[in-house]
Amino acid sequence: MALLQAKNVTKQFGGLLAVNDVTLTIDRGSIVSVIGPNGAGKTTFFNVLTGIYKPDKGSITFNGQSLLNLRSDQITACGITRTFQNIRLFNNMTVLENVLVGMHSRLHAPMWNIIFRTPTMRQEERQARQKARELLHFVGLDDKRDDLAKNLPYGDQRRLEIARALASEPKMVLLDEPTAGMNPHETASATRLIQRLRDDMGVTVVLIEHDMKVVMSISERISVLDYGIKIAEGTPDDIRANPRVIEAYLGKGATQESEATHQDPEITTQEAEVHTTPEVRRQKPAL
Amino acid sequence: MAQTNPQSSLQVGTWDQLKTRLNRGIWPYLLITTYSLVVTLLLFRNPSTSRNTDILFVLFLGIMLLTYKMALRPEFKLAIAALFLGIGLPYFGTLNPFYMDIATMVGIFVVLALGLNVTVGFVGLLDLGYIAFYAAGAYLWAIFSTRQAQNIFPGLAHLFPVPPSWFFIFMLLALVVGACMGLLLGSPVLRLRGDYLAIVTLGFGEVIRVLATNLDRPVNITNGAQGIRDIGRPPLFFEPWVREMGVDLSQGQLYQLFFYFLVLLVLGFMIMVVYRLSNSRIGRAWTAIREDETAAIAMGVPLVRMKLTAFAVGASFAAVMGTIFAAKQLFINPPTFDLLRSINVLSMVILGGMGSIPGVILGATLVTLLNLQLLPRLARELSVLQIPSQFDPTQYQRMLFGLLLILMTIFRPAGILPEDRRRQELEGNAIDVPAEIEQSPPQATEPDVGMKS
Ligand SMILES: Nc1ncnc2c1ncn2[C@@H]1O[C@H](COP(=O)(O)OP(=O)(O)OP(=O)(O)O)[C@@H](O)[C@H]1O
Ligand SMILES: [Mg+2]
Repeated sequence: MALLQAKNVTKQFGGLLAVNDVTLTIDRGSIVSVIGPNGAGKTTFFNVLTGIYKPDKGSITFNGQSLLNLRSDQITACGITRTFQNIRLFNNMTVLENVLVGMHSRLHAPMWNIIFRTPTMRQEERQARQKARELLHFVGLDDKRDDLAKNLPYGDQRRLEIARALASEPKMVLLDEPTAGMNPHETASATRLIQRLRDDMGVTVVLIEHDMKVVMSISERISVLDYGIKIAEGTPDDIRANPRVIEAYLGKGATQESEATHQDPEITTQEAEVHTTPEVRRQKPAL
Repeated sequence: MAQTNPQSSLQVGTWDQLKTRLNRGIWPYLLITTYSLVVTLLLFRNPSTSRNTDILFVLFLGIMLLTYKMALRPEFKLAIAALFLGIGLPYFGTLNPFYMDIATMVGIFVVLALGLNVTVGFVGLLDLGYIAFYAAGAYLWAIFSTRQAQNIFPGLAHLFPVPPSWFFIFMLLALVVGACMGLLLGSPVLRLRGDYLAIVTLGFGEVIRVLATNLDRPVNITNGAQGIRDIGRPPLFFEPWVREMGVDLSQGQLYQLFFYFLVLLVLGFMIMVVYRLSNSRIGRAWTAIREDETAAIAMGVPLVRMKLTAFAVGASFAAVMGTIFAAKQLFINPPTFDLLRSINVLSMVILGGMGSIPGVILGATLVTLLNLQLLPRLARELSVLQIPSQFDPTQYQRMLFGLLLILMTIFRPAGILPEDRRRQELEGNAIDVPAEIEQSPPQATEPDVGMKS
């Protein structure tokens, strides 16, 4: 059953079609990956879904409700939250406070009640703190709750972003490169955490990811973007075998060579190479 | 050079050791009691206005800072604060009205700085026109408590000036007017950030001042550049009781005491409001906006509403203070509310520590003391040096203040008492669960917190 339906979504920056006529359906309770070379429009697609950008064309329906005319914070209240590609924590706030900010759309105490600390407000605040600590416990950060976010090690910052995103009781989280910059050990534990988001918390997960090992091991479906266009969609096995995908990653010249090797499960190493050598990307002729 | 380094670090080491030693167990209680008694006695024995009294007065106010900084039980801290603010300071004020006035002005500016700190410190929106709200409150009471209002409502001339006891109603009215003005300024500038916002708010502040200067024609509302005199005073409703208690004070002294306690009351309420807000969903949303606006929106923080709330809260307190200021001074004119005042309040916030409530209180106290008492004194002392008369010693005040700001931004860019969310968090919890305070000695979890700077 579809939780999110994006139809013919287009987002243009000047002459650049960052997201071009993308149609995507995400089922409730699934883990879906969006992959594609650098600059393919993945982050822009997330930004459109979360209302940071308004799409130029197309429609987005979430849980039966159109998101087109909603502000970002309203979309969060509807049940979509996200993490950011370059971590965007509230650096000078404590770990616990970061999660509490994430809970904003679920807290309602009016100013009057806050100033006079009415019993209802205190109750709400107590429950919020309790829940924030549970979430921190879930991602393994409860003992660091009073540290400032900026003082956390990198891997913990990524975890905190996830905890903060979960605080608004989302139905769906969008994770933008959750394992970027992590070492293999951290990546493995982050992958387990993402799996638990869905299995333990019942949250639908959409992730942008460059690490093919993570993508292939965790996703039920994968969508591939290239130059803003969705060029492929399917199960990990479909995608691994799809010549268009390999072409997008390695350039036209590589197609023939890789056709022989496209069954190779070690697509990870190829991807990693492409990622570190942007020239390969630039060599690809413009469409 | 290489030899001095370990030496100085050794000195710092012993100093720190001494500080921790003196900040444990019974020591802080002994220290603060001795210090308070000595300074208070010295000050009370010498109530004249002189250099020594100036120094003693600052040391006297230092009691509050020490009390805040030391590892004392919260009850003890509260008791000292109550004795100091409720008895010590007002009593000295009756001995020397000059210092009473300074104490009241300090209170007024602390409230203003705390209000500005909401927009600048919490939300990170630079506001250079803050004094406009203060002006609005001041003119509101000034106009309606004098014949000025008759010009606006000629048909209702018999109603004005309003009776003195309406002052309290007008304080509430100022709260509402201030909040509305905050919204008025807030809504068009929401999309602006940084420099642009600063320019627009600066313009807003100037517009209000220019309006005050020019609204004497065609209808004389503000009496223009001449300002408004003989502003109404609230009634001294407590005078009979005080007289019954055998206190023999002049009417002027009673008014001074009255305004002192009124400001103290509003200040206390203000501190409570900002502390509670900052530890609530609203305050956290404000800080989140300051830290990263995009992330804040994505986490469900409604940007527009939260920014407007901040503008309204800051503005309403400034307006209330404006009414008190007008009633206290009896006379206001447009230059009282010029850009320099806005910048002055801003410098209090920056000097003390943006976003830090204790820091802003300290910053406002210091800057007000400097402006009203210490720098004029210093300039007078300097004039002994027979500097050529072209260089008017009073000119040095601004220069010294500027130098101080520059030094501060170099050596303590985050302010004297920088924002410390971790500490605030602890205090926030303490308010929530008072039982915990009794079980564990204060600051047991963070032993190095006292006398840190
Ligand atoms: N605000 C913007 N203004 C103009 N161009 C933009 C903007 N945001 C993104 N772009 C452009 O849109 C294209 C898609 O960018 P996007 O960040 O979505 O790529 P991506 O798939 O997330 O890449 P990466 O894997 O590097 O994160 C890029 O060419 C980028 O330069
Ligand atoms: Mg991206």
